[in-house]
Amino acid sequence: MSNTQQLEIFIESEGDAKIVRPVGDIDLSGAPALRQQISQAQQEHPTRLIVDLSGVPYMDSSGLATLVEAMQIARRNDALLIICSLQDKVRSIFEIARLDMVFKIAQSREDAISM
Amino acid sequence: MTAIQTNPVVRLEIASQPELLAGARALIAAMAQRCGFNEIMCGQISLAVDEALCNIIKHGYNCREDERIWISISITETEPKSIKIIIEDTADQIEVSEIRSRDLDDVRPGGLGVHIIKEIMDVVEYEHRQPRGMRLTLIKTNKPSQARENKEQKT
Repeated sequence: MSNTQQLEIFIESEGDAKIVRPVGDIDLSGAPALRQQISQAQQEHPTRLIVDLSGVPYMDSSGLATLVEAMQIARRNDALLIICSLQDKVRSIFEIARLDMVFKIAQSREDAISM
Repeated sequence: MTAIQTNPVVRLEIASQPELLAGARALIAAMAQRCGFNEIMCGQISLAVDEALCNIIKHGYNCREDERIWISISITETEPKSIKIIIEDTADQIEVSEIRSRDLDDVRPGGLGVHIIKEIMDVVEYEHRQPRGMRLTLIKTNKPSQARENKEQKT
């Protein structure tokens, strides 16, 4: 039924984009690590920060809060924050929190890079 | 209080540690599946419980990890089936009227938990627990239209 996973976070680069790719559940126990990794990536001032959620089967409001904070920092830095490759369950929490219209969301990483 | 009569099927006591949330979510999702909810709804019901537990850990217990939380889960045997989840703690009591969702137009980190719980569950009731702590009752009914949708998804 529910395969819970310990969160791992990978940082990758592609052109001018920095890509943060968490793998596993993002909840109250995992969100601080994601926040730290995104913050570290943002300190390099990339023009485009992509958060690839293809490996995230579950996210709660702690994860949403982390992404909202990252979006606010990106805006202050004149950078673009794009979220891509959401699984259906994760997309539904963005919709419930009515954040699906607030974030730039791409279907795939390729779409995010070309946005 | 709610009229749905059920006997608890599962009672769980957990420490107030974020690392234990995943196990609680898995249990809730499995029970919701027994109630006939589809995969997305099972995920959402476990999300609602996760949000309630996070609120207790963060606000009720101020992130102290040696406190206790009790979760009771029951399912009605009659159609339409409902899942009822009662979450209890021993945190400081707060006025029930103070527990409310915030304005979502104000986009900022945090404060979404109560909104998410209320969006997902049909019944959300907070009350004071005796002699101390809070009790939250959550109910979700697998309504006929939803149940049909679930059945179609399975075939």
